[in-house]
Amino acid sequence: MKTRRLDNYGKINRDKILSFSWDKKNYKGFEGDTLASALLANNIGIVGRSFKYHRPRGIFSSGVEESGALVTIGSKDRRDPNVRATTQELYNGLEASGQNAFPNVNFDLAGINNYLGRFFAAGFYYKTFMGIPPLEWGKGTAIWMFFEKFIRKAAGMGSASRLPDPDTYEHAHDFCDLIVVGSGPAGVAAAIEAAEKKLDVILVEQDSLVGGDQLAENNFDNSQIKNQLENLGIKIMTRTTAFGLYDNCVVGLLERVTDHISAPNVNIPRQRFWTIRAKHIIVGAGAIERHIAFNNNDIPGVMTVNASKHYLNRYGVLTGKRIAIATNNDSVYETAQQLSEAGANVTVLDSRTNFEIETNKSFEIRKGYVPYNINGSKKIHSLDVSKSEDINKSETINCDQVLLSGGWSPAVHLLSHRGVRPKWDYSNACFLPSDSKENITMVGSSRGLWNKNDCIASGIAGTTDALNRLGISKTNYFFPKPGGWKNPIQPLYEVKYKKSRSKSFVDYQHDVTTDDVRLAHREGFISVEHLKRYTTLGMANDQGKMGNIIGLSLMAELLNKEIPEVGTTVFRPPYTPVSIGALSGRNVGKHFRPLRVTPMHQWNIDHGAKMIEVGLYQRPWYYPKENETLSDSYIREASTVRKTVGICDITSLGKIAIQGPDSSEFLNRIYSNGFSKLQVGKARYGIMLRDDGIVMDDGTSWRLAENEYFMTTSTGEAAKVMSWLEELLQTRWTNLNVNVTSVSEQWAGVSIAGPKSREVLNNCVDDSLVVTNNNLPFMGVTSTFLKGNIPCRIARISFSGELAFEVYVKSDFANTMMDLLWENAKKYDGCLYGLEALGALRVEKGHVTAAELDGRVTIDDAGLSKMASTKKSYIGSAMRKRGVLKNNDREILVGFFPTNLKETFNAGTIVCEKNNIKGQGIGRITSVTYSPELGHWIGLGFVKGGLDKWKDTNLVGADPVRNKQMNLKVVSPHMIDPNGERMYA
Amino acid sequence: MIRINCPYCGERDHSEFSYGGDATINYPSLDASEKEWTEAIFFRKNIKGFQFETWHHSNGCRMWLVVERSTVTHEIKSVKPCHPNLQKVVENNK
Repeated sequence: MKTRRLDNYGKINRDKILSFSWDKKNYKGFEGDTLASALLANNIGIVGRSFKYHRPRGIFSSGVEESGALVTIGSKDRRDPNVRATTQELYNGLEASGQNAFPNVNFDLAGINNYLGRFFAAGFYYKTFMGIPPLEWGKGTAIWMFFEKFIRKAAGMGSASRLPDPDTYEHAHDFCDLIVVGSGPAGVAAAIEAAEKKLDVILVEQDSLVGGDQLAENNFDNSQIKNQLENLGIKIMTRTTAFGLYDNCVVGLLERVTDHISAPNVNIPRQRFWTIRAKHIIVGAGAIERHIAFNNNDIPGVMTVNASKHYLNRYGVLTGKRIAIATNNDSVYETAQQLSEAGANVTVLDSRTNFEIETNKSFEIRKGYVPYNINGSKKIHSLDVSKSEDINKSETINCDQVLLSGGWSPAVHLLSHRGVRPKWDYSNACFLPSDSKENITMVGSSRGLWNKNDCIASGIAGTTDALNRLGISKTNYFFPKPGGWKNPIQPLYEVKYKKSRSKSFVDYQHDVTTDDVRLAHREGFISVEHLKRYTTLGMANDQGKMGNIIGLSLMAELLNKEIPEVGTTVFRPPYTPVSIGALSGRNVGKHFRPLRVTPMHQWNIDHGAKMIEVGLYQRPWYYPKENETLSDSYIREASTVRKTVGICDITSLGKIAIQGPDSSEFLNRIYSNGFSKLQVGKARYGIMLRDDGIVMDDGTSWRLAENEYFMTTSTGEAAKVMSWLEELLQTRWTNLNVNVTSVSEQWAGVSIAGPKSREVLNNCVDDSLVVTNNNLPFMGVTSTFLKGNIPCRIARISFSGELAFEVYVKSDFANTMMDLLWENAKKYDGCLYGLEALGALRVEKGHVTAAELDGRVTIDDAGLSKMASTKKSYIGSAMRKRGVLKNNDREILVGFFPTNLKETFNAGTIVCEKNNIKGQGIGRITSVTYSPELGHWIGLGFVKGGLDKWKDTNLVGADPVRNKQMNLKVVSPHMIDPNGERMYA
Repeated sequence: MIRINCPYCGERDHSEFSYGGDATINYPSLDASEKEWTEAIFFRKNIKGFQFETWHHSNGCRMWLVVERSTVTHEIKSVKPCHPNLQKVVENNK
């Protein structure tokens, strides 16, 4: 097929030929082409199939508003669906294919949907919930569930790759005085003016070149402007879209770094997600040309007038030979003349009857004519036109292209993101931006200025506005009045066609027709927001850039109102789609969130630890020997602790230094149990409540000196407790002289537990007397030295229920401490134990952790009533006594045994009465382990009424998720050594 | 994005801060009645316009701040430390 490329037109680089494939066939284009211009040059008319009706679609535009040419780029793991061919730069080897069609866009079997249109009218999928009349067969969700998968498949876009994304993305940040969005005449003028006034300026352009709409001018020299901007020190960001404006002049931008390169450097990201904090924002985002709704206005070959000007002058592609232009405004005449000079046979149909326009008379102008029907299906054969007053008397124009201009819509999107509603301008038939109280100024055609000189003047005025608002100058300025055409625009949104089964499209991409808007009106969806959701008008990825105003005007007509009375939908970010990859940036895979390791992390791994993630922390899970499984390993580890001795890394616990003369008073207020009488050299277990009386966290505090404590918190609540203590000291109890410092990272900790733990420790400390039962009794604390002169803190604290010690050294000494302790523990056949064994030991003892203290549990629920002091007031002391927390049927902590001791059960099991297995039951199981000591499975959990109520009753554990059920009996949570004889040994 | 001018660190993104709550609550004494505590904990005004609220510069200097912010526009009128002694330090350094 013959090329449509003209020799003397365009700014593409004809020395650089690029080859690309479209639907697996090879074609050629030039450097500087977009995929759309290269397809047009190769005479490819059909580039996609529409959303619902699978109608053939061509290229409608030359920019981001494109709703026809949505294609899939790349293959395998780099398959990128729904890319606008109009903004995709061509590169060598680019693979592109059409979407939503089988077998291809030229011959699509689902094209039959076009004839089933009445079943797919607006809201059809909501109606499938109502069933099929007259008997409402299938009412409810059943029929929808049945049809959903077919509908979803048929109504579709491209499909994303299911393979992991091989590309990298980056988040980047910048600051500036002024950010200018758009490099058209207005934006460039604003940027230059600001740079000359010594502002630090960033100029953002979504295109690969600066110039904006001037790129469609035959004689426009882009490099000259670029040099001028650069010489002024303006940072130019091309291929970058400002997709959203946020509070405090923060702009979100997407930079497409390598999307235009055939073999990108793997060390640079594919896209960059920018957050730029500016002091002032100038938006010169331009305006978008609208189409006109009439029958078959979507046949390939239909395009906006301005797009064809871009293809001619920027890409050297003449988009048609016999071109009919339908318009209602002056903006098309320059293009008409240029197209005609380039060799096309042009006819302009202008809906206006009474106007004067200067042309070189190389084309015909039919005043008062409107188009009402296109003949053709895969391409345009002819256009039926009529004198607007008399739609019945018609003529047919032979043509292969129909260009439309139904007026221009200023791109007010970014301002709309800030909640500023645009106002309707009758004389220009468009929404114009209102003024913003924030430091945002609209310039150029995005404030409704249609000629270049006005745009330039507005750019300079915009910068003056910025300087004034920033307090740099106090200069008077004025913006040119909106408009700028010689003859006024005549509103024209739709030309009605009387024949049935016509399809006149409002929103191309979602196949929303004028009939759909009327149907929405008939069925009562007359609010703009309802109209949008019922018909999906403006919900496609072009977000109604072309069709919204037409939809509004139709609804206004049906309601007999004016457009501003109907309203406008609010535009929300992003202006154009942003990939999920760019949003996540580097926060993927292992970098999804920070990873915390303890100072003896490598030591643990070197000694055989399998690790598990606990919050952000990597903690030793179990230390398998040879072929041991997790169960083998933790059961061995837990038994070893009970028999001899074990060592466990507990560094992840939160650690807070509390210092100052009021430290004791402070602790006495935040813990539910008494702390005022804790002696120096002693530690105490404490529970903190929230203001509302629920348990916040538990831990120990060690009194190191008169005015100094060392607090430990649970791993999970460490950050929260720290913030809480700071809040209390800085906001409520500002007269307390206390300083809190997080020292979690500064200290490495281990627990040494088991009957032989004292002996092990004895061999490790410099002065063996410090750990005797007399010198270090239960809950005793000492600051001493490990062998090798390593300062350490030791407290005799037990989580496992055995004789046990917590030893802390400065983090740098962690490995030395581990070597020392392990060497000595081995002498007693000791072991290293991980989180799984730690869990088993504490469940046997009935000690609670985050699994039990889940933010719903009171101190009484947890069976720790004796920890609530009656002699003092503390945080939560009043509220823990409120009625609902004192209810008789609160769930109370208990232990669980399976009735048949050979059975197992899982955490999450719902506890029910025997003949009433349903709903939430009467309790739940929170922690489960095999007990090496008892020789069967045991659990901790909660049951309404607690042990007293159920101790002799057989209950049922229901585990519907795992399809399990077992008989349970309720026991005391203290399942071994209830009197703590081992701990005090 | 809300930007908060921390008196110690300077203007920073709100992502460095954690939201606290109503800064105008006078928490009752610890031995106050359940009724007083209920009022202090559970009853909040839903203000349209400027309100005083606490923010914690949790990824910064860890100062608790009183921020006067509009719930409609996110405009911030004032930022000062919660602790009166720190307020004085900030005042003296102005």
